[in-house]
Amino acid sequence: MNVWIAIGATALGCYAVKLAGLLVPAGALERPLVKRLAALLPVALLAALTAQQTFADGQSPTLDARAAGLTAAAVALVLRAPFLLVVAAAVLVTAGVRALGAG
Amino acid sequence: MRGVADQTALEEADIGGKADRAVVRDALGVGVAVGLSGFAFGVTSAGSGLTLLQTCALSLLVFTGASQFALVGALAAGGSPFTAAAGAFFLGVRNAFYGLRLSQLLALPRVVRPFAAQWVIDETAAVTLAQPTRRAARLGFVVTGLSLYILWNLTTLLGALGAEAIGDTDAWGLDAAGPAVFLALLAPMLKTGTERVVAALAVLLGLGLLPVLPAGVPVLLAALAAPLVLWADGRRKGQGAAR
Repeated sequence: MNVWIAIGATALGCYAVKLAGLLVPAGALERPLVKRLAALLPVALLAALTAQQTFADGQSPTLDARAAGLTAAAVALVLRAPFLLVVAAAVLVTAGVRALGAG
Repeated sequence: MRGVADQTALEEADIGGKADRAVVRDALGVGVAVGLSGFAFGVTSAGSGLTLLQTCALSLLVFTGASQFALVGALAAGGSPFTAAAGAFFLGVRNAFYGLRLSQLLALPRVVRPFAAQWVIDETAAVTLAQPTRRAARLGFVVTGLSLYILWNLTTLLGALGAEAIGDTDAWGLDAAGPAVFLALLAPMLKTGTERVVAALAVLLGLGLLPVLPAGVPVLLAALAAPLVLWADGRRKGQGAAR
């Protein structure tokens, strides 16, 4: 039940902000500070999420095969690889390191 | 004279046709590549303990990848449904700003907007905003949105079904898919020093607070890195101006 509550709340909230962007008159959100904050908010969230889902297991900090996988993804990004290849690199390297028995 | 005018009209139509084909090709490229990564979401979600129906409902109704990955990650870590939904929601807020720019470019009739809204995401915005004309923008938006929506939902279903067959998804390294998606979305945003400082501070807050606060809360507090750095930037600039 809890999961359905989370799904419902996320679906409603995410649809509402998408629609709001299309309906709100231009200029309402065009204040420079609001725009800067809107651009920086996903930077903070994505950075924190990347770090947590790479270097933590539940609530405790961990260093395991995922770190190698994400390093591979970072290298792929620097080489301007397409999106799908970046994700594939992370998955394959993580699986490879685990298969070798490390992490 | 007539002949020349006809010739010109023909050439213009030809150029229009070529331009349309280029837009469709670019849009399909993005739609197919990103749509396929729905497989990673389906596997991750099922591996996090969500049912097949819950996993598919997320892709159909939420349809914004980062929020979906964030939600299942937070639920898997034991977060409450509301902190998990809050993190996913804040990640989705950026879509409002895409919508704002898209509505000027696409000039959609009011009745169409509630239907177009579900497709306002990173990828459709990237393709649409890169088009030079309204016609190309509308074409790019529709082709990217449609191909991505169909594929993302189809691959989510396949991924969720596959996860059951695969068994231990971690052994296949699939737990690295979520963070890799986040990193791929984050990388192009790190354009200036300000973005990098925000990212570094958010990493410190996100990891540092993890052991001491309930699951899902550290991410929300890490988001405070954005206003904090903006405030510090403003103060520094203010002092510079005063000197």
